[in-house]
Amino acid sequence: MTAKLSPTQIAWRAAQDIADGAYVNLGIGFPEMVAKFQPPGRQAIFHTENGILGFGEAPAAGSEDWDLINAGKKAVTIKPGTAFFHHADSFAMVRGGHLDVAILGAYEVAENGDLANWSTGPKGVPAVGGAMDLVHGAKRVAVITDHVTKDGKPKLVQRCSLPLTGVGCVTRIYSSHAVVDIEGGRFVLREKLPHLSVDELQAMTGAAMIVPAAPADLIVPEL
Amino acid sequence: MDKTLPDLATAVGGIDDGMTVMIGGFGGSGAPIELIHALIDRFVATGHPRDLVVVNNNAGNGHVGLAALIEAGMVRKLICSFPRSADPVVFTEMYLAGKIELELVPQGTLAERIRAGGAGIPAFYTPTSFGTDLAKGKPVEVFEGRSYVQERWLKADYALVKAHLGDTLGNLTYRMAARNFNPLMCMAAARTVVQVSKIVAPGSIDPEAVITPGIFVQGVVEVPDPAQEEMLNRANARYPEVAE
Repeated sequence: MTAKLSPTQIAWRAAQDIADGAYVNLGIGFPEMVAKFQPPGRQAIFHTENGILGFGEAPAAGSEDWDLINAGKKAVTIKPGTAFFHHADSFAMVRGGHLDVAILGAYEVAENGDLANWSTGPKGVPAVGGAMDLVHGAKRVAVITDHVTKDGKPKLVQRCSLPLTGVGCVTRIYSSHAVVDIEGGRFVLREKLPHLSVDELQAMTGAAMIVPAAPADLIVPEL
Repeated sequence: MDKTLPDLATAVGGIDDGMTVMIGGFGGSGAPIELIHALIDRFVATGHPRDLVVVNNNAGNGHVGLAALIEAGMVRKLICSFPRSADPVVFTEMYLAGKIELELVPQGTLAERIRAGGAGIPAFYTPTSFGTDLAKGKPVEVFEGRSYVQERWLKADYALVKAHLGDTLGNLTYRMAARNFNPLMCMAAARTVVQVSKIVAPGSIDPEAVITPGIFVQGVVEVPDPAQEEMLNRANARYPEVAE
């Protein structure tokens, strides 16, 4: 039995909700994995902040072109239909409501949709990149995350304690244990791992969830 | 009229102490490494320019390009969105030692502030950063029921830009994602100098393919086979090279 989903499995689950032809931005790092798990027959068009729509997979080592990178500064490729544009156009796509989905990582998500994912506090060098832009404008802003921190504290909370990336922006959370929507300032449980009771899940969650009569089972293949 | 400049030293010769300099590129892609290194050469030879305010998306990587400019001690303040990289040691150490000032700007806001500077728009409203620490002290207005933060234009004395082809009138094309901030910075600086892989005669670039029209460009200098920051870093390059 799966105790919890791996990051790869969380990415797989998030990918199942991306429609054919959707314009999608995947945050740097863990969210980039979502691109690998598009269901057969569907093809999303991926956006990267530095000015590419419809880029392809990473090239083989040694054949990188360093003018062709993604927002994580990793080499990508072009494929039929790729478009290049400058940074102001790129963020017009973001803020202007043209992207269908943005999938981002999180330190904390609050029941009111607030997201904290750019800063863990005043120490060190602050860096924000495109995170604060990406949370505005996409029709759906989803988060993929472990349900709790490494030391077991809830990442789904009543109110964020870390510096905010955006206010009231997240609409769905894909966690290691559940799929949770944010509606009307509340967490609404949609799917949970089959072996986990609602009470057990609630105990790992920092705010009361609305639980429908029969939340669906969260079933993800071994990957 | 011919905007061709004879060499890199001439291209950066007008940059004075305290100027605001926009430097194109996103990470290494589109970064005008040779122009930056020419500016460092001038500083090494003359002690100037210094106290620069630099606008770039990042804060350099390794010990070449923008990182080398910062390491040389020429930069007083950096305006950027993401001062981290694979090897951010130069900026990190100077920032934590209080030797360089940082204005952190969300990436889309940075792009739009530069665009606004070039377009003659002194301020605009954006949803980005509303309710966050980066909006502190900025005016907020509600439009159609939603809150937006006022941001100001960003202009520069100089822009150092990398393009692919340039004609002698300053019309430019870019290579793939090396475009990024470069066309915006061309618009926002009083004087824009561009390193291009090849300078061509007017008419050689299809007018339909021009990305930056020459009106935004004051000088072009040819740098065939420009260095890529990523390749320099893989070779552990430093600039200026350290004598062993």
